[in-house]
Amino acid sequence: MNRFAELFDRLAYEPGRNDKLRLITDYFRSTGDPERGWALAALTGALSFPHAKAGLIRSLIAERSDPVLFALSYDFVGDLSETVALMWPKSSPSPHGAVEPTLTTVIETLSTLGKAHLPAQLARWLDALDETGRWALIKLVTGGLRVGVSARLAKAAAAALADKDAQDIELLWPSLAPPYRGLFAWLEGKGDKPVSVDPLPFRPPMLAHALDDADLQNLDAREFIAEWKWDGIRVQAVAAPPLARLYSRSGEDISKSFPELLDALRLPGAIDGELLIMRDRRVQSFNVLQQRLNRKSVTPKLIAEFPAHLRAYDLLADGDEDLRGRPFVERRHRLEDFIARLADERLDLSPLVSFASWDELTAARKDPAAAGADADAAAVEGVMLKRRDASYLPGRPKGPWWKWKRDPFMIDAVLMYAQRGHGKRSSYYSDYTFGVWTRGDVGEELVPVGKVYFGFTDEELLQIDRFVRRNTTERFGPVREVVHAADQGLVLEVAFEGLQRSTRHKSGLAMRFPRINRLRWDKPPGEADRLERLEAMIVQIERAQS
Amino acid sequence: MRPEDILMPTPVGLCCKLGGFHIDPTRPVGRALITHAHSDHARAGHGAVLATQQTLDLMRLRYGDSFAGTTQAVNYGENLELGGAIVTFHPAGHVLGSAQIAVKAGGVRIVASGDYKNVADPTCAPFELVRCDVFITEATFALPVFRHGDPLGEIAKLLHSVAVFPERAHLVGAYSLGKAQRVIALLRQSGYHAPVYLHGAMENITRYYESHGIALGELRAVSGASKAELAGTITLCPPSALTDIWTRRFPDPVTAFASGWMRIRARARQYGVQLPLVISDHADWDGLTATIAATGAGEIWVTHGQEDALVHWCTTHRLKARPLDIVGYGEEDEDAATPAPAERGAEP
Ligand SMILES: [Zn+2]
Repeated sequence: MNRFAELFDRLAYEPGRNDKLRLITDYFRSTGDPERGWALAALTGALSFPHAKAGLIRSLIAERSDPVLFALSYDFVGDLSETVALMWPKSSPSPHGAVEPTLTTVIETLSTLGKAHLPAQLARWLDALDETGRWALIKLVTGGLRVGVSARLAKAAAAALADKDAQDIELLWPSLAPPYRGLFAWLEGKGDKPVSVDPLPFRPPMLAHALDDADLQNLDAREFIAEWKWDGIRVQAVAAPPLARLYSRSGEDISKSFPELLDALRLPGAIDGELLIMRDRRVQSFNVLQQRLNRKSVTPKLIAEFPAHLRAYDLLADGDEDLRGRPFVERRHRLEDFIARLADERLDLSPLVSFASWDELTAARKDPAAAGADADAAAVEGVMLKRRDASYLPGRPKGPWWKWKRDPFMIDAVLMYAQRGHGKRSSYYSDYTFGVWTRGDVGEELVPVGKVYFGFTDEELLQIDRFVRRNTTERFGPVREVVHAADQGLVLEVAFEGLQRSTRHKSGLAMRFPRINRLRWDKPPGEADRLERLEAMIVQIERAQS
Repeated sequence: MRPEDILMPTPVGLCCKLGGFHIDPTRPVGRALITHAHSDHARAGHGAVLATQQTLDLMRLRYGDSFAGTTQAVNYGENLELGGAIVTFHPAGHVLGSAQIAVKAGGVRIVASGDYKNVADPTCAPFELVRCDVFITEATFALPVFRHGDPLGEIAKLLHSVAVFPERAHLVGAYSLGKAQRVIALLRQSGYHAPVYLHGAMENITRYYESHGIALGELRAVSGASKAELAGTITLCPPSALTDIWTRRFPDPVTAFASGWMRIRARARQYGVQLPLVISDHADWDGLTATIAATGAGEIWVTHGQEDALVHWCTTHRLKARPLDIVGYGEEDEDAATPAPAERGAEP
């Protein structure tokens, strides 16, 4: 358990994806079965046992510490699990029965242990672990073990044991169960590849490259079919009645979050589509979908208020027949037929956008409402171009599919604060808070409207970093306030995808996906945009939605 | 005689009227007795300074030749008569040359321990327990959440990371007096014999340690090394350098920080380091309480740090205890310095 805790501890401080991956792979390599399998289960969220409540942890420490010292310590540390882990009294060198538990022991015991025995068992384990081990154990049993590692990353780390493709594991995953002995045996060349017996397999999705306007000249309009790119969540709906499953783009099973859609999947097959919220036959904006995603428990009321809908792009399997090798035009015909047979109002086809030339498509992208998207236009994120003859290929092959997003919203904002980044960027001021002008109590002032971390080149990062260091007006720990007056400061052209009202921000607004589009060294901050302009944008967006 | 008649706590430090001196005064005084060379205890500008030879040397390295009017080196255990008081210096185990200062008058002995730790450290003389009537203790890590553990275990974490990421440089932030040399000695003790690289700011002090017979193996200056050469190596630097543009000379650096504060996640995160190493030159909770009990003192004065917790502990163990309000300790002390104030977000 201590070694597993050490891994979790290190992952919690390591920001880099690739570095996290290497740490996990190193752990898998140096740890045996079944311990590493349970670690993989913990990392992928595949563990389930009843969690202990914080109150139990509190009462355990209350029996073992002075209340004043505990209060002072908790106040200083700020986290209950960590405080308890650190001040847990040291047991004498070889306390009776205190052998360091393995992760395997902990998980196997927890899944069968009666509630009444939990406090004493936990105390015995805590006696036998070190500080980090105790911290990880308390987090594990209270369900709070999170270190910013995705299930996908953990699987990729397992694949890296044997230079296997992470996609291979992704395909096998639904048929595997902890502690994954068969998987590790295969990865280490000591066993055969586990057989995928899942009746509802996930098929790795095909993704598109972003299209630059310049790319268009090299493409022949006659070879492509266009459809709208909807602003929802890309999903894969797989059915083998009476079973059905909904996967996210990364292969995560999200069936539990959208039970009403599963009922609609009555024909065997696999649909690639976009999950949207539909009210009165109108697609709602991503902001509305976000409200449903934010809720933890799916109640009938939530379903009635935010009805989920699947808009189909592609058909990957029809019954037992795998269609992925067929050209897109053929799959599209099969899809139209499939959706017609299903005849369910919770599922429909994503309509095609007709065009004879790139100019016509450019116009359609600019004004989707006039080009057939009608009232759903606010949920259109852009257009997708798909080669008529393209097979369905996993990953992001260059050429067959292009996404061509609508022009983003754009404002000129003023840099107000800069914060040091993490990992490779830790010596650079790379996170920026920007603001726009508004009338304050004492005249014109800047109000922060968002934070931006990317969109700039390495060269631009150096320039901004230099600017920040030379124009700091105050320091708050890792944050620097940067000069921002009408005649002094740096203007950032910020692009973003959407805007919504928010009570969490002083400006009353929250931006979706902001990034730096351009540095406006040429522009005096006094000429940057005003809050009124953002408010007008919101009104416009809301009008388009209503 | 009341203890306060021997050593009077004042806002600028402990004052012994009887002997005509201050201990670790935070402002210039006529005669100062200095426990150790960390800058919050050892300041420049006193008329006369009495300290161990190493402390005087280290002060000279830091402040230049004219850091005091006159100096007098004191050996551990040597009896000094100052006015009506007998003064002796005893090893504090904190850094090279660090001392506890015992002051005796009228049959009452008070020990001002400065900063101390009661665990093994190959770079300085071990802490000596001095029995006394009043014990003045620091409280930097005086909460039961602070138990520093085995420093070799922390070094093992660092070496494991070097093994996993052989193409990256490892930067270890460590205070330049004491901590840096201890980390190097611990690396050698752990069987790491490759050259260790040094930031320019710690070269002088480290060479001084070596001149005192503390073997630190092969040391190299970072300034002369190419980026490629630094792959897979370990470099010691002052903590402030970890976020400096200076780090750009290293290939994809992993940043580590050796400090007792690294025990607390929120603190470690404030520094943005990837590898917090719990290595401290101050006694931890168990060390403080065990030492207090072993001195046999019936009265404990608590200074700089978490005074409340330690005073509470003393009281519950039937010891008379009081916090001292001395301004200025722990502010510049390189290890005791608390991290920057909690992040004040720029988030609206
Ligand atoms: Zn010190």
